[in-house]
Amino acid sequence: MSGSSNRRQRLQDSLRSGTDLPVLLSPGSAVAGSRAGGRDALALPRVNLKAWHGVVLVLMVLLSAGVAEAQSGDGREGILSILIKWSPLLLQGFVFNLVISVMSMALGTISGAFLGLMQISLLPQVRFGSWFVTQFFRNAPWLVLLFYAMFMLPFQFQVAGVTIPFPDWVKAVIGLSLPVMANVSELVRGAVQSIPSGQWEAAESLAFTRRQQIWQIIMPQCVKRMLPPWMNLYAILTMATVLASIVGVNEVMTLADQVKAAEGGRTDLLAPLYGYILFLFFIYSYPIARLTVRLERRYAVKI
Amino acid sequence: MDIIYSWFQQLNETTGINLPVFYNTFDRERFFSGLLVTIQLSVLSLIASVVIGVVGAWLQGSKLVWTRRIVQAYIQFFRNTPPLVQMYFFFFGLSALLPTVENEFGFQQPILGSFAWACISLSFFAGAFNVEIFRSGIEAVPETTREAAESLGYSRLGAYIHVILPLAFRVCLPALNNNLVNLVKTTTLAYAIAVPELLYVSGQIWSDYANVPEMMTLLLLIYVGLVGIVVLGMNRWERAMRLPGYGT
Repeated sequence: MSGSSNRRQRLQDSLRSGTDLPVLLSPGSAVAGSRAGGRDALALPRVNLKAWHGVVLVLMVLLSAGVAEAQSGDGREGILSILIKWSPLLLQGFVFNLVISVMSMALGTISGAFLGLMQISLLPQVRFGSWFVTQFFRNAPWLVLLFYAMFMLPFQFQVAGVTIPFPDWVKAVIGLSLPVMANVSELVRGAVQSIPSGQWEAAESLAFTRRQQIWQIIMPQCVKRMLPPWMNLYAILTMATVLASIVGVNEVMTLADQVKAAEGGRTDLLAPLYGYILFLFFIYSYPIARLTVRLERRYAVKI
Repeated sequence: MDIIYSWFQQLNETTGINLPVFYNTFDRERFFSGLLVTIQLSVLSLIASVVIGVVGAWLQGSKLVWTRRIVQAYIQFFRNTPPLVQMYFFFFGLSALLPTVENEFGFQQPILGSFAWACISLSFFAGAFNVEIFRSGIEAVPETTREAAESLGYSRLGAYIHVILPLAFRVCLPALNNNLVNLVKTTTLAYAIAVPELLYVSGQIWSDYANVPEMMTLLLLIYVGLVGIVVLGMNRWERAMRLPGYGT
């Protein structure tokens, strides 16, 4: 289906260029995607999940479990029963991952929205400052930012004599929200810039103030354009939450290692265990990825 | 250089901003070897991933169904799993399957060290994206151009190398740029398998001196700088290779 629509698109392009023999056609989706984001040199990759990926993952878990079981001989517990036995713990860890992802997404989105609005400020200093902050946090690796938050933040705060503890996972939330903030900021800026300038001028001629222009005219149009890439960012963030295991947060990866250790460090457990975790992430990310694609198609801007 | 070194020592004595990587020879060597490893890791996997992308995109245009399917499976696997898991898979999973060799002390050691595995897994990770990027660039080259090359007596490989790739390359440079920046940022994951790269070495230094804030800030600045260099270089290249009349 996409093939025929592609061909039709090509035909239209070649007709528009006024010749039957164009030098170049419109590029395929991977390039077009990065082009649509305003020639963005640092855009995040698209999460592209398909239903059969899930099937492959389940087969992988079952197959590796089967092979391991056949090799393990008698007198040892089966891999599948181990997986089932530890499922509550692993699921608990996975839910923790989701909590981290939701919280850092919320934090990152709110701060990123402000930063993005600052990037379209009329004051050059504000614009430059927020641009710099955005580029800085976008260019820094996620892991380094996570380390940064882990080591730079105190483990507790003293506010008016009350000690507020600041556990590891809160620091992980903050560390992960920094790159999210920068990416959301770029999303806001890109979306605002993709609005035709006629909208601004029309709003101005109707005597809207600048604040009204932004909140009542521009932002409502931007939200639609920002939603698909924002969801894509969330899917990427969800998968990045396993990074928190490197800095010692008790999330699903850490728990998987502990499960392995509790079962006597059996290396044959590794493949089914990691496959199981991958499958958990797949179940969660797949609907988001599908919805993103659907929304993208529905909100496609016709120019 | 000595002036800079003594300046940093003075900075430490007067303000307490402790950056031993500048005034202590041992730490300096250790830090710069880490920086070198990061750069080596980036450059090697950058080149390898582009090669994988070019070859993979060519294989994807093959007439054999199974060649296409295998390339497709490779792309899907590496695109949809976290790079950290891939690195663990290569380092702990695959390296255990390979035979070992004897080193100079008479111990058995694996053929490939953590650096090589990090390099391999990063190349495959970025390569999977590159295949898709090159493929979409190739799609932008019209069928007629291919036919024209064929009628001039080019073989499929010849037409690919001399006609299609140069055109496709220019179309997909922005997306390639994007992916290579991502690759440089992903090299930090080699920390997880103990490759002595920048993050790992910095970790050692800040556990020796307890100067986490200074080292972290330095680390952030260096990574932003590295990515900046890649972006600058790629943008220049993009401008130099621009097709007149296409793009903005």
